[in-house]
Amino acid sequence: MSMTAETVNKPTPADYRSGIKPIWCPGCGDYSVLLEITKALATLELRSEEVAIISGIGCSSRIPAYSSCYGFHGVHGRALPVATGLKVARPDLTVIATGGDGDGFSIGGNHFLHACRRNVNITYIVMDNQVYGMTKGQASPTTDPDWDSVLTPGGTGIRAFQPLVIALASGANFVARGFAGDPAGTTNMIIEGIRHPGFSFIQILSPCATFRPDQREWRNMVREAPVPFTNDPSRAANRIMTDDGFNIGILYRGDRPPYETGRKGTPRDIDTIAEEFSV
Amino acid sequence: MSNEQNIQINLANIPQLLAHAIALENEASERYADLADLMEAHNNYDVASLFKKMSGIEQLHVNHIQEMVKRHRIKALPTVTYHWLSPEGPETTDTTDLHYLMNPRQALKLAMYNEQRACDYYANIAAHTQDEETRRLAQELSAEEAEHVGMVRVWMDKYPEPEADWDQDDDPPFQPD
Ligand SMILES: Cc1ncc(C[n+]2csc(CCOP(=O)(O)OP(=O)(O)O)c2C)c(N)n1
Ligand code: SF4
Ligand SMILES: [Mg+2]
Repeated sequence: MSMTAETVNKPTPADYRSGIKPIWCPGCGDYSVLLEITKALATLELRSEEVAIISGIGCSSRIPAYSSCYGFHGVHGRALPVATGLKVARPDLTVIATGGDGDGFSIGGNHFLHACRRNVNITYIVMDNQVYGMTKGQASPTTDPDWDSVLTPGGTGIRAFQPLVIALASGANFVARGFAGDPAGTTNMIIEGIRHPGFSFIQILSPCATFRPDQREWRNMVREAPVPFTNDPSRAANRIMTDDGFNIGILYRGDRPPYETGRKGTPRDIDTIAEEFSV
Repeated sequence: MSNEQNIQINLANIPQLLAHAIALENEASERYADLADLMEAHNNYDVASLFKKMSGIEQLHVNHIQEMVKRHRIKALPTVTYHWLSPEGPETTDTTDLHYLMNPRQALKLAMYNEQRACDYYANIAAHTQDEETRRLAQELSAEEAEHVGMVRVWMDKYPEPEADWDQDDDPPFQPD
């Protein structure tokens, strides 16, 4: 491959950073994901004020504070309802929801199903470290059943949640798995997820350097998915169910029309509506 | 995942080369400053001050390249799309190779690796540019980076290897809401 430099004037990833300094542990995958999101926004040449980043609670949910886009650091597990409401009210905005595996699949699990089902045009990025990082290392829904830790001696013994298959079965229109330590691949995945109409779900394996030091090995375990994405959900589900969780890439692109976010019917005056309810 | 080995960086002229040089030193400096803040937030003051120092050194390199810009009588550097061998500049520290308990030797090992990558990057440009003057300057920059590798190695060797259980902590950090 040969490349030459040409003269252009484009936004840079730094344009999407706020002045607030991250306090993630050194080595945390979430820092890489922040860089990947800002790189994706720069490539898409979206202005900060055209983008809203909505999160719940957790280390990974800190992202809105570190970005210069509109942001909402909300309630634990409630990023998706807020993001959905915002997109419906302001379809002109690019809405990205971010958070962790605990936020998205435990307390927010119900919202996850229905967000996939509604297929509103938003992008949901989950930084999956298979642990509750913020609260010091409890097992999460995606934790392997035999992960032995101080808080779960011998492991939970509970089967791990499979977010990608659940997303497919529930109706997500774009499904991908990335790795925080693969900046080029993950940035591209975020770009494609934002571009794809409907609900895009991106699971990013994002190591927790502190409570899951074993995840340092992930860099040697991830590999490009051996086949390109499909638009057949059952084929995609079959591939995901039979891989070992380390195939990365865009796995599914659907063509289900997104939920129509524009206003339906004629807007009515609020006083007229109130009058109908007066006793 | 990208394949860096096959990438050839072909820069047309000295202004383009110096635009890349300034960008890579700036990015490296900013990253070290960010990492110093992270380390400070996690009470690793030794590595925090080392990263701060590295950030300052990279800033001095920016000044050095700016001198080169003057020396070559370039009024304004072109705004370019940056071409690196990796997604970020070659001297920018990989954020995934860190730990809040790492010692200065481990931190300097990362710094040495960054200098080596910068050295290889300029060598790549020297090997692929069509312009003779650009080639000479890229070789000069590559040689400077090789010198930095040696300097960081001497600095690193002043610190002991980490203990075997260096990353054990009975009370790991708590991240506030
Ligand atoms: C309603 C409510 N319940 C519980 C908590 C405590 N809490 C904070 S973060 C968190 C889990 C975070 O895990 P995850 O979403 O995986 O984020 P990570 O920190 O791993 O990035 C919990 C249970 C809370 N803040 N609010
Ligand atoms: S506790 Fe884990 S997830 Fe949280 S900032 Fe530290 S490394 Fe990241
Ligand atoms: Mg988590």
